[in-house]
Parts: sequence; C-alpha cells; structure tokens
Amino acid sequence: MERRNVLKGGAALGLSLALGPKAVLAAGKPKVGFILVGPKNDNGWSQHHYEAIKKAEEKFGDAVEIVVQESVPEGADAERVMSQMALSGAGLIFATSFGYMDAVQNVAAKFPKVMFEHATGYKSSANSATYNARFYEGRAVCGHIAGKMTKTNKIGYIGSFPIPEVIQGINSSYIHAHKANPKVEISVVWISAWFDPAKEADATKALLDQGCDVVLSHTDSTAPLATLKTAGAYGFGQSADMAEFAPKPRLSSIIDNWAPYYEERIKAIVDGTWKTQNIWYGIKEKMVVIGEISDAVPPDVKAEAEKIRDSIADGSYHPFQGPLNKQDGSVWVKEGEKPDDGTLLGLNFYVEGIKGAIPS
Amino acid sequence: MLRLEKRPNPSRFWIYGTPFLAVALTMIAGGIMFALLGKDPVAAIKLIFLDPLFNGDVASYSRPQILVKAAPLVLISIGLSLGFRAGVWNIGAEGQYVMGAIFGAATGLAFYPTESRLVFPLMVLAGAFGGFIWAMIPAILKTRFRTSEILVSLLLVYVAKQILASAALSFLKNPEGAGFPGSRNLAQIPAMANGELIAGTGLHWGGVAAFLAVGAAYVLLQRHILGFQIKLAGQAPRAARFAGVNPDRLVVLCMGLSGALAGLAGLFEVTGPAGQITIDFGVGYGFTAIIVAFLGRLNPLGILFAGLLMALTYIGGELAQFMLGLPAAAIQAFQGMLLFFLLAVDLLSNYRVRLIGWGAR
Repeated sequence: MERRNVLKGGAALGLSLALGPKAVLAAGKPKVGFILVGPKNDNGWSQHHYEAIKKAEEKFGDAVEIVVQESVPEGADAERVMSQMALSGAGLIFATSFGYMDAVQNVAAKFPKVMFEHATGYKSSANSATYNARFYEGRAVCGHIAGKMTKTNKIGYIGSFPIPEVIQGINSSYIHAHKANPKVEISVVWISAWFDPAKEADATKALLDQGCDVVLSHTDSTAPLATLKTAGAYGFGQSADMAEFAPKPRLSSIIDNWAPYYEERIKAIVDGTWKTQNIWYGIKEKMVVIGEISDAVPPDVKAEAEKIRDSIADGSYHPFQGPLNKQDGSVWVKEGEKPDDGTLLGLNFYVEGIKGAIPS
Repeated sequence: MLRLEKRPNPSRFWIYGTPFLAVALTMIAGGIMFALLGKDPVAAIKLIFLDPLFNGDVASYSRPQILVKAAPLVLISIGLSLGFRAGVWNIGAEGQYVMGAIFGAATGLAFYPTESRLVFPLMVLAGAFGGFIWAMIPAILKTRFRTSEILVSLLLVYVAKQILASAALSFLKNPEGAGFPGSRNLAQIPAMANGELIAGTGLHWGGVAAFLAVGAAYVLLQRHILGFQIKLAGQAPRAARFAGVNPDRLVVLCMGLSGALAGLAGLFEVTGPAGQITIDFGVGYGFTAIIVAFLGRLNPLGILFAGLLMALTYIGGELAQFMLGLPAAAIQAFQGMLLFFLLAVDLLSNYRVRLIGWGAR
C-alpha cells in the first residue's frame, strides 16, 4: 500500500472510531479485501496475485479501497482474517489459495451480504464464486520445449503436493515432451511445500544428479532457476515470468495472469452486477500466459511451441486429446476424444510412460 | 570490557516488573520499526493492542477470537513451563501438538459416521495420548542414551509435519474431497465438533482445558511434593539428587505431561477452529508457546495472562496488517522483540553489568 493511502486509511480509521461504523458505510466507497497465502514478494504465486492487485488498484484509483493481507495460514486464521475484513466493511473478498476453501464457505455463510472469490477451489455458493486457471495448457508448451531441449533425454519435475492440479501438470508436460522426443523420461521429486526455496533448490540438485538437464517446477520460488543457472541446465518461469533468468536457464514461462479477472470482478461489485460463478480459464481467456520463448530455443522449436500455444487458444487442440492410456496401460481417453473438466479436476493417476508412483 | 556479575539478591519488584517493562520496550522499539516502515507508530500500536478489544466494527468478533487463539497457547505453555522449571527442555511441542491432532482425528474418523456422544471424549483421550507418545521418544532417548531432549524433540517436529502431510494426503484424506488433500471437516460432524460452549465468548473445550490446566499447575507447584521436586531440580540439581529426586523420572514425567497437554491442544484445535487435518495444520502454536511460557515467568497465572497478550498481538497484528498495510514480517518481528526484551531485561535484573579493564578494577 502506498504511503498516502495509509494516511488516508489512518484518517478513515480515526473517523470510524469517532463516529462508529455507520460513518464508514456512509462514505460509500467499495472496499475489496485480498488474502495471500505467502509473502507478497515471494517471486511466485502470491507475488503474482499481489501484482494483479496493484494493477487493479491503479485502474480503480480512489473509487475503490483495496486492502491486502499476506502470509495468512490456511484454516482458522484465514477464517478470522476474512471475518475481520468483512466486519471492517469489505464488500468483496478474494481468497487466493486452495486451502482457504472451507474457511471461505464458513465466512460466506456468516456474511451473506459480502461476496467472496476463491482461487482454485471447488466449493461455491450464492455469495462465493471460484476461479482457476488451466495451468496444464502452459505445461503442454513447456513440455514440448523441454522434450526438444534435453540432451540426456531426462527431464525433471518438482512437485509440491500430489493434487490433481499438479498431476495434470506432470501428465501434460510428459505427454508433450514425449511427443517431441520419444526417448524422454520424466523424474518427479515431491517436496511437500508450495514455497520453500531451500527444498526447491535441493530437489533441483537431486534431479540434476539423476541426469536431468531440463527441470520444470510446480512450486513458487526462483530457487530452481537459480540452481539450474549454476549447473548450466534449463528450466521455466513458474507463476511469474521470471524474465531475470532469461535467456538461460529460463527458456519460457507459465504466467498466471489474474489482473483482468480481478478488474472484471471488482467492476462487477462497483456496478452491482456481481453474480456467483465457477471459472476455469486458460490460454484462450489469457488467464494463463506463455512468457516469451528465449533465444536459447532454436527457431523451429520456438515455432512449434507457439503453434501448440495458438492451437490451444483457438480450441483446435486439447492437451489431453486422445488416444491416451493410463500408467497401467488401460485406456484413459479414446482417439479423438478429450476428458471432461470433472475428470481433470479429480485427476489422480499418471499417464502411460511415467515411471514411479504418486505418493499416497 | 563488560562483565556480568550475578546479583546476590535480585529485586523482588523486578521479578514481576520485567514482563511489563519488556512490553513497554517492545512498544517503543516496535513503534520505531513501524515509523521506519513509513507507518504511523501510534496508530499501529493502538491497532495491535486496543482495537481487537474496543474497535466498534470488529471488537465484537475479535474479542472472543482472543480466547480461541489463547487457548492452545496457554494449554501448551503450562505443560512446557513445568519442564522448563525442572530443567527439562521440550522444544518440540509443535510436533506433539500435531500428533495429538492426528491421533484424535484418526480415532474420531475411524468411527465415522457415528452419532455417539462417547466418541468426542475418546478423541480427547487419543489426542492426549498422541502428544504423550511423541514426547516419550525424546524422553526415553534421554534417560536411556543421554541424548539431548532439546535436539530430539525439535527434530521430531519435522517428522511430525511429514506424518501430517501424509495424513492429509492419504490415510485421513476426505474420501469425498475430489482427491484434494485434507481430512473431513470434523467441526461439521456434530459428534466430533468442538464448538463454542457459550455463544459469543469464543470459549470451546480447549479453553476449558486451558483454565483447568492453569489451576492444576498452580496447585501442583504450590502444594504438591512433585511441584517442589520440579522446582528443586531446576534450581539445584545436586541438592535435588540428595533429596531423593530421581532425575530420569522427572524427565519422563515433565516430557509426558507437556506432550499430553500439547496433544490435547492439537485435538481441540482440529475439532474446533481448524476443523480439518490439513498439510498446514501446524501454524506454530508449539513454538509460540515457548515465548508465552517465558513471558509468563513460568508461573501458571503469568502464563494465562501472557497467552492472552500474545493472542491479542496476533489478532491486533492482523488488523494492523490489512488496515495499515504493515507487512506480516513486521508483526512477527514485533512478537520476536517481546521475547528478546524479556530475556534482556531478565538478564539485567539477575546480573549486574560491570566495566572492567583499562585500569578500572
């Protein structure tokens, strides 16, 4: 928050204390709250939400008051923070992590006049919506580049937790790496964290030791890229562009682009047109953006990758287009078909060709 | 050169005065930090200490929340303080807290779907047992092999967190949760829910247990031979041995008791405010409780007040974050200052600083 907003906030607070809650409401300025799971400068997931918030703040200027709370633990604490935001006058609250799901539902039930937006969850109600991005679409593009760029035919994947979103990413990466290079193998390391630079760096080293020379990460920090840089291997920006690591080791990136959605939904609150919905946007709607493919990638590979990106955007290609088999060899998706969203949202198995088991 | 000299008779006034001085110094240093961050220090301190209690918009909600937040802190701290007084350093309450929650939740979920009223008491027992067992590992390793209970208990926190992640992802995962991590929401199962006992107070069974623990610890330390042994073992280990105190027995007892209380805190949290076993269930109560124990001078009543104060800084800190835009790290630094100043002021009340050298003998 800018300093002048703070002064204003302080003044508003003083006023509210002097005049009671009604005075604040009388001001009539919509208040929008955001809670972030990590620090707002984590260089990944939370920072990217925060940057989108800043953009929305710039766009609406004085018309909307935006409050942000970072590093909110999932569970009881999130419930309290959201309740306090609602009580202090917020009319719309964004909860930007999956783990806030039940907390959002509890608080939304308590405050029927406050609207809620929950990222990546699957529970919604009359005053709570969900929004999520099809990250696996980005993985298709990166997977293709990874398959073409590996010299050892081994690519690595740093997984956070074995939830459907991450398994979609691993499968999509492998499918497209394998299409680009049939000799490719994928190794997955699970670190049981979304943001832990030390563990992410260790996992990267472990993958490098196994002979991987391209590593994709499904975690939030820049530690994997920093480690890949010293080792001379390749990787991708995750959540944020991480362009400071281009052209090597960062070949491209999957950018979570939340700003247009935030602006759209805040506008809906201002206009009084907000309605609940369940959104799963991808490359087409520009919620998933492929960062610039660097010069370290040969022009023909770059062109192929961009073609995958564009064909996903225009709907002519689906990353999980059949025929696809499950890891055990049984048929998952038939030729010419594609899985429905419900199947993808509950995905809990690897596709054929990936070795190892999903931890359970 | 500076040298510390033990004061033969530390002032009684300062023994009780230091916590207040530490809070005052924290406010001053914290205020300077907030000012350096470009925030109004007076507004920030006021938000942290007064608004959760008196702000017209939020106080009706945040006041009960102080009790919700303080209950596990006090419950864990009471257990830890007994060990700390006896010189038994259980640093791993966070792990015992997590294991208590896992044991308790697993016991309850094994009977799902049940409507029996007996299941909650059973879960409480299982929670205490989970914490107890986890604390027995460092205790027995200490008494048998002379390992450091500080290191073993601390490192077991990380083991417990791995088990927690595994519970949330596999054996306690909600079968109806679409493959997402996390157990069923216990707070939504009537037979297993630890809800508010008196509406609008924030008091749940964990709060009741915390008050009972404060009372029991007070009686134990004032009236019971075991309390005497605990105090003696901490102040004069050799004298304690001559007086027939078995140090190994004391280690097992203090570790077991603190583990069981931490386990209980975990159980009450998972069935109440948290609701679910999730990967991030452990948010650090077990570590914060160490600060609370010292802030409360290892005295049961002191711990009660220290726990409430700490809870206040948490809730006020959240208000300050989103109302003033203070970074979360600044609030954590503020809480850290509290312990720092307490220990520093303590040192000065127990020791005298002497200038020596350069001829000034």
